Amino acid sequence: MSAAFDTIAPEVAAPWADDPVLTVEHVSMRFGGLVAVNDLSFSVGRGDITALIGPNGAGKTTVFNCITGFYKPTQGMLLLKHASGDSFLLERMPDFRISAKAKVARTFQNIRLFSGMTLLENLLVAQHNALMIASGMSILGVLGVPTYKRAEKEAIERARYWLDRTGLTARADDPAGELPYGAQRRLEIARAMCTGPELLCLDEPAAGLNPRESADLNALLLGIRETEKTSILLIEHDMSVVMEISDHVVVLEYGTKISDGTPLEVRSDPRVIAAYLGVDDSEVEKVEEQLDEIAEEAAG
Amino acid sequence: MAGATRKDTDGLNAAAAVKDAILAGVIALGIFGPLVGLKSEQNMRNELVLTTRWGLVAIIVGIVIVGRFLLTTVIWPTLRARKMRDKPAPTAAQIARRSAIAKWFPSTSLVFLFLYPAIVVSLVGFQGSLKWVDNFGIQILIYVMLGWGLNIVVGLAGLLDLGYVAFYAVGAYSYALLSIHFGLSFWLLLPLAGILAALWGIMLGFPVLRLRGDYLAIVTLAFGEIIRLVLINFRELTNGSAGISSIPKITLFGIPFDASPNGFAKMFGLPLSSAYYKIFLYYLILLLALLTAYVTIRLRRLPVGRAWEALREDEIACRSLGINTTNTKLTAFALGAMFGGFAGSFFAARQGFVSPESFVFMESAVIVAIVVLGGMGSMIGVALAAVAMIGGTEMLRELDFLKAVFGNNFDPDQFRMLFFGLAMVLVMIWKPRGFVGAREPTVFLAERKSISSSLVKEGHG
Repeated sequence: MSAAFDTIAPEVAAPWADDPVLTVEHVSMRFGGLVAVNDLSFSVGRGDITALIGPNGAGKTTVFNCITGFYKPTQGMLLLKHASGDSFLLERMPDFRISAKAKVARTFQNIRLFSGMTLLENLLVAQHNALMIASGMSILGVLGVPTYKRAEKEAIERARYWLDRTGLTARADDPAGELPYGAQRRLEIARAMCTGPELLCLDEPAAGLNPRESADLNALLLGIRETEKTSILLIEHDMSVVMEISDHVVVLEYGTKISDGTPLEVRSDPRVIAAYLGVDDSEVEKVEEQLDEIAEEAAG
Repeated sequence: MAGATRKDTDGLNAAAAVKDAILAGVIALGIFGPLVGLKSEQNMRNELVLTTRWGLVAIIVGIVIVGRFLLTTVIWPTLRARKMRDKPAPTAAQIARRSAIAKWFPSTSLVFLFLYPAIVVSLVGFQGSLKWVDNFGIQILIYVMLGWGLNIVVGLAGLLDLGYVAFYAVGAYSYALLSIHFGLSFWLLLPLAGILAALWGIMLGFPVLRLRGDYLAIVTLAFGEIIRLVLINFRELTNGSAGISSIPKITLFGIPFDASPNGFAKMFGLPLSSAYYKIFLYYLILLLALLTAYVTIRLRRLPVGRAWEALREDEIACRSLGINTTNTKLTAFALGAMFGGFAGSFFAARQGFVSPESFVFMESAVIVAIVVLGGMGSMIGVALAAVAMIGGTEMLRELDFLKAVFGNNFDPDQFRMLFFGLAMVLVMIWKPRGFVGAREPTVFLAERKSISSSLVKEGHG
C-alpha cells in the first residue's frame, strides 16, 4: 500500500515522527472475512493531542481496542515508548498489563463507570496496582499495617486532585451512576488519569456533550497535556474539538488511512471531504477541483 | 358491593368487572370441567368408570368468579392507591429511625448472640437448652458463616457459584479423614481444611473463571456434583454413601467434653451434661462466623475488595485500569472456598458423622438463596436471611399444633419446601434486591451516603 509506505519515508519529516510515544506499523485487524483495519501505520507524537477521525464504521474503535489490548491485531506492530526510554510491544501484552505496565489508559465510547460505587471509589479502583503493593497483597492490609494507611491517604489525595480538576469534588461521595452524562464523561477521564498514564486514549469524549461542556472538555484536555505531559489520542466526531485542540489528525475510511497531517491539511484534503460528505466516484474529480479553488481562495 | 359506594367511574367499571369475572368463570369452567368434573376410576372388573363431580366444579368456578370480581373491584384499586400514596419521600423521623436501626442493630445483635446460650439456659434449663442452642443457634450460625463466605464470591465479586457446597464438603471430609487416620486435633485441622478447600477453589477457578454468567453457574454446579459423586464412589477412602462416623469431638485446648476424670464437667466440678459441649460449639461457630465477617469487612476496604466490587460492576473497565481480573476472581473464589472449608470442618466435628447426603445441590441452592435474599454484598442482610431461612424452616418443625387442625397425619415438616418457596417469591416481590439492597461505600471524602440498590449491579459472571 503506497499510503503506508509514505509514512515510513515521508518526504518532509512530520514533527510527530521525531519522538513518537506510540508507533503503529502495518496493523491489520480481520474478523473472519471482514477487514476492519487494513495495513494502518501512523505515529502519535509525545505530548501531542492526536485525533483519529473517520466516518462511522471506519475502524477507529477497532484501532483503539488493538492499542489497549482488547483485540490482538492480526498483523502489525504497536510500539509504545515511555519518556524514560522503556519500550513496550503492545500487541504482545494482555490488556490489563498494557494499562499497568505500558501506562496506556483509555475511556469508552459507551461510558463504563462503576455506577454503583462512589466517585472516590471509582478513582481508587484506578489506583489498584499501587495500592495492592502497599497493602502487601492484602495480607498486611487485613492486619492494619500503617504503611497501607499512608498509601491510601495519598491515593485519596490524588483522587481529590483529579476530582478538583474535573469539577466533581462536591459529588465525591455520590454514586457514579447518579451523575449527569457530561459529568460521567469527565469522571471517566479523571479515572483514566488516576492510573498515571503516558498515553491517554479517549473514545469519543465529546459525544453527547452540549457546546459548553464540549468547550470545558477542550480546556481539560489541554490542561492535562500542559500539567501532566500526557500524550492524548482521541477518536472524535465533533469537528470543533478536533480542529481546536489537536496537533495531528489521522483520518480512516473503511479501515484504511486516507489522510494524515495537521488539522489544516486534513481539512482541505479532498479525500477526507469526499469520505465525510459521501460523493459518487464519478464526482470525486469535480469535488476535488472545487476544493482546490476553495483552498486557493483561502491561501490568497 | 364495594363498587357502588365508589365514584361514578368505578360504577362503570363495576359492569366491566362483572363481565370480566364471568369471562374468568367461563375459562375456569373450561379448564376445571374436564379436569375436576370428570374422574375416571377402575371398578372391580378393571373397567374404567367415569364419575362426575359437578358440585365441586361449581364451587371452584364460583370461587374464581367471586375472586376475580373482588380482585378487579377492591384489591387492585387499593394496592394501586397505596402505591400512589407510598411515593412521597420518607419523613425526617423515618430517616432518623432508619439510621438509628442501622447504627445500633449490629452491636445489639452481637451482644444478644453472645448472651443467647445464657438466656436460653436461664429460661429452659440445661436439658431444655439443647434444642435451642443446637438446632437453632449452631445450625443458623453455620449457614450465616456459609452465607458470608459465599457472599464474597456472589455478592462482592458477582460470580454466580452454584457449587459452593463442594468446598463445604472438602472441609468436612478433610477433618473427618485426617482426624480419624492421623489423630490430628481440630485446632490444627481447621486451618488445614480451609487451606485444602481454598486449593480446590483455585483448582476449579483456574479453568473456569474465563467463563461468565450462566456458563460459570453451570460449571460450578457441575463441580459441586462431581465432588459429591466422587465422595459416593471413592469407597476406599470415603466409605461411599455410608459415610464416615465416629469423628473425634473438638476439645477445649485439650480438655475433652466427656465423662472421663479429666473431662470438662469433672474438671470444673459441674454435673454431667451434654449441654456444655453444645454451648462450647455455639461459641466456636459464632467466633468462626465473626472471623469471616471481620476478614470480609476489612477486605472490602482494601484494594482487593474494591476490585471485586468493580469487577461486579464492569469487568472490561477493570481490565482497562490494569486490574488482573483472573487473579482477582481467583482470590475471591479461594477466600470464599476457604471459609466454606472452615465451616465444613466444624460441621464434621459437630455432627460426628459425614456422608455425601449432606452435600447435595439443595444445600448450595439454600446458601445462594440466603445471599440473594439477604441482598448481595450486605453482611447484615445475609445474616438476617440465614436466620429467616434456616430458623424459619426449623420453626416449621415446631408447628405441631397444626395437627389439631389438619388431622394427625399432617406433618408440617413436609411442607417446608412449599413454605420456603412461597416465602422466597413473596420476598422477591416485596424486596427484589433482598433485605438490604443498598450498598455502603468503602471510603468517603465528606460524608458516607449509602448507595441505592437500583444503581448497584448484580454482576454477570
